[in-house]
Amino acid sequence: MLSKRIIPCLDVRNKKVTKGVKFQNNVELGDPIEMAVAYSDGGCDELVFYDITASAERRPIDIDMVRDVARVVHIPFAVGGGIETLDDMYRVLLAGAEKVSVNSLAVKNPGIIAEGAKIFGSQCIVLGMDPVKTADPRFPSGYEITIRGFRERTGMDALEWAKKAEDLGVGEIVVNSVDADGTRDGFELNLTRKISTNVHIPVVASGGAGTPQHLIDVFNKGAADAAIIASMIHTGEYTIKQIKDELVKAGVPTREKW
Amino acid sequence: MIAIVDYKAGNLTSVRLALEHIGVACEVTNDPERIESADRVIFPGVGAAAEAMRNLQELKLLDPLKDAVASGRPFLGICLGTQVIFEHSEEDGGVDCIGLVPGAVKRFVTSDQSCKIPQMGWNTVEFAREHPVFEGIENKSEFYFVHSYYPDSSDAAYVVGETEYAGVRFASAVGMNNLVATQFHPERSGRIGLRLLENFSKWDGRC
Repeated sequence: MLSKRIIPCLDVRNKKVTKGVKFQNNVELGDPIEMAVAYSDGGCDELVFYDITASAERRPIDIDMVRDVARVVHIPFAVGGGIETLDDMYRVLLAGAEKVSVNSLAVKNPGIIAEGAKIFGSQCIVLGMDPVKTADPRFPSGYEITIRGFRERTGMDALEWAKKAEDLGVGEIVVNSVDADGTRDGFELNLTRKISTNVHIPVVASGGAGTPQHLIDVFNKGAADAAIIASMIHTGEYTIKQIKDELVKAGVPTREKW
Repeated sequence: MIAIVDYKAGNLTSVRLALEHIGVACEVTNDPERIESADRVIFPGVGAAAEAMRNLQELKLLDPLKDAVASGRPFLGICLGTQVIFEHSEEDGGVDCIGLVPGAVKRFVTSDQSCKIPQMGWNTVEFAREHPVFEGIENKSEFYFVHSYYPDSSDAAYVVGETEYAGVRFASAVGMNNLVATQFHPERSGRIGLRLLENFSKWDGRC
């Protein structure tokens, strides 16, 4: 049976992994390469790196870091942040990343994900989305897409955007709840389920992981195919092994040996 | 020297880096002569079957690949590389493939909404028989898969490992003399995948 994936997220700023709450107040946690190796050896199923300042600093993604990760990590990893062109995608994939994650760029230029999927294959193109809860009736799903780290609202409905992205050819969608991000109070189950049960491609839940029970819930109730974790392992409070032991006990299909 | 065949079917960096990590000399190449002179050949790839077959024809790689298999040199297919060594694929409205292994490649079909296509992630491989390339790897180990089509081997004698997804049990690893081929990605399957590649790099091509 296909296992549910646990994906540590490494937000990288100035070559260091950092973690903030709701995209603010970042603290430094360590070296991305060392952390990637430790998590891979520790049993994570995949990794994702976001070069979180590349966009704001209007510079291309840190390719040297991607290359260094690819040399030592032999499980799939995705890279996002600072991807502006097809050439940026190509360089990231050629450096050894399995997937490239686009977010704001896809909103501004949906054609680029269609082209990227056609050239590099759908499985390489991940759409990251940052939906925020809204009571505004213009948004049938109840969630509006934001970009640029919650700084800008787009007027786009989250579910409509997910379906459109699937049609454009993305291979996977990361649903990062702005409301839950960094809170460690649990994933946004309603949002995750809504997206995951209405598209045919894998959906990765992101934002809010604090305990193993949160992961059990997002797989069982949120219908997620994979889940991103950050603070709960970055702080050392849990190991991936501890989380996976709980998933196994709860009957969630899990990769138990690595 | 292992030749990693480059036929414009996706990114071969991860295969090269995995081999370099375990200290095995390799070269990414589309030169028929380099493939002919290599001790062993890895035939990887991601993408679509029809374009792969077109590229193999244009690059004049079909004969070197067939020769490599016929010569008895160890040969490893991965993912799309594995699919196109079968006789036929349902992809792109139906494509005739290289036909080194009997069987066809079919699309996952499911009415189960929770079952996503492509299969993306880690799934177990249950051994149908022993094979030198899987030596030291526990039965039912998990490997990393990304695919919408699966190999349906018409001859059980060639099935080395099986995996279940979308209601079918398919040949996730096949072996025929000096040829072995996996639907999963050993280069992305962590320590266990590296072990498979290491086994392949030492294999004499006999079963």
